[in-house]
Amino acid sequence: MSFNKKKYEIVVIGVSAGGMQILPEILSGIKDNFPLPVIIVNHIAPSSDNYFAMLLQEKCKLKVKEADEKELIENSVIYTSPPNYHLLIESDKTFCLSVDQRINYARPSIDVLFYSASDVYKSRIISVVLTGANSDGAKGARYIKKNGGLVIVQDPATAYIEVMPQSVIDICEVDFILNPNQIAEKLNKLAEINI
Amino acid sequence: MSDSKLEELEIRLLLEAVFEKYGYDFRDYAMASVRRRILSFMEIHKIEKISELIPLVLHNKKTFNLFIKRLSITVTEMFRDPFVYKFIRENVIDILRTYPFIKVWHAGCASGEEVYSLAILLKEEGLLERTQIYATDFNNIALNKAKEGIFDIKNIKKYSVNYRDAGGKDSLSSYYHSKYDSVMMNNELKKNITFANHNLITDTVFGEMHLIFCRNVMIYFNKELQGKVFDLFDKSLIPRGFLCLGSKESLKFSTIEEKYNTLGLKERVYQKLS
Repeated sequence: MSFNKKKYEIVVIGVSAGGMQILPEILSGIKDNFPLPVIIVNHIAPSSDNYFAMLLQEKCKLKVKEADEKELIENSVIYTSPPNYHLLIESDKTFCLSVDQRINYARPSIDVLFYSASDVYKSRIISVVLTGANSDGAKGARYIKKNGGLVIVQDPATAYIEVMPQSVIDICEVDFILNPNQIAEKLNKLAEINI
Repeated sequence: MSDSKLEELEIRLLLEAVFEKYGYDFRDYAMASVRRRILSFMEIHKIEKISELIPLVLHNKKTFNLFIKRLSITVTEMFRDPFVYKFIRENVIDILRTYPFIKVWHAGCASGEEVYSLAILLKEEGLLERTQIYATDFNNIALNKAKEGIFDIKNIKKYSVNYRDAGGKDSLSSYYHSKYDSVMMNNELKKNITFANHNLITDTVFGEMHLIFCRNVMIYFNKELQGKVFDLFDKSLIPRGFLCLGSKESLKFSTIEEKYNTLGLKERVYQKLS
């Protein structure tokens, strides 16, 4: 009899400028029976509709949806952050939205999600920081690392804009620096590790 | 006891202390948001442990005021989500027009940007003169700012775009005059607005409303408190009255859901059944 409790419980992804190109590429590489929830914070215009979730849905088999207020996080679902709201996670693993001031000029802010996710999931979280033009996500990734979670960054050399992944590397001992095509593969493997 | 359990305990004690001493009740707020605000307050004021905050807020009025400000101020803008105002203009106004006198409650008005937006809309539709707007908030600092109606000029460009997208009929600049770095909303807008302190958690019904506007307030409450406040709104609305929520808030799964018709799904505009 096997107790196949997974080592990791959740994946959080932060991305900014260039995200519309790279996310479909990465998510299409995620296998159809990916067992964990994936939460994405993308810096996106405040007035955007939920077309972002719809666009991603075309690229992957997993269900993609915008995170709803108080919604319970489910496995094998990809959630995107609603534009113009910060996305946080409560200790009962439901979403919490806020319209508090911008952090790092951004709402949603990657740091806000990363900090709150790290507090809930501790060592059982995988974080990924991709292309982007500011340093949002760096402190959050460092916090995740400090709490025993895993940090993956896109190789800045492959990023549309290298500032965001580079700023993580500058302040945090990251676990993996990968090309876009390696990231999905890595996530597929990490998600299957049992305790 | 784990670190997170310990921290939960500290937050509970802190919020209990604030409630017992000052009557501000954050105990049923959405914990993730409250916690983030507490931690950011601690970072600014270089406080290490949440429990260290307790004596500070109990014995130092100045610290308490700063703390309450940090815990309650939300960020808003004029004609936030312009499509909502456009929807109200096109779908709600004509029904409001059938009443001889209209009462609007803007609950949780914060610094007032959206109250003035609604007043402008009502004015352009010729309804402001026979409308009484009650703009309430539990935070007096925000409320005073709302009453003054003075806003930073650097945001006006964005507000003007919002105004236009909301179906504005004139130019936003006809509703304020600018001085130095600020704009001041015209007095003719303020005439029919009553700014008053009202706490959604501890205070009760104070009138029969045709329209309740409460946007991006519910997201800060936990499910239980949301239920209580929805009940309060339900009791305050006349039959066929309107409720407008924030664009990520909804009556779905609430206890009053079945008594309401969804008028605008995306706009989160609901109408009470008769």
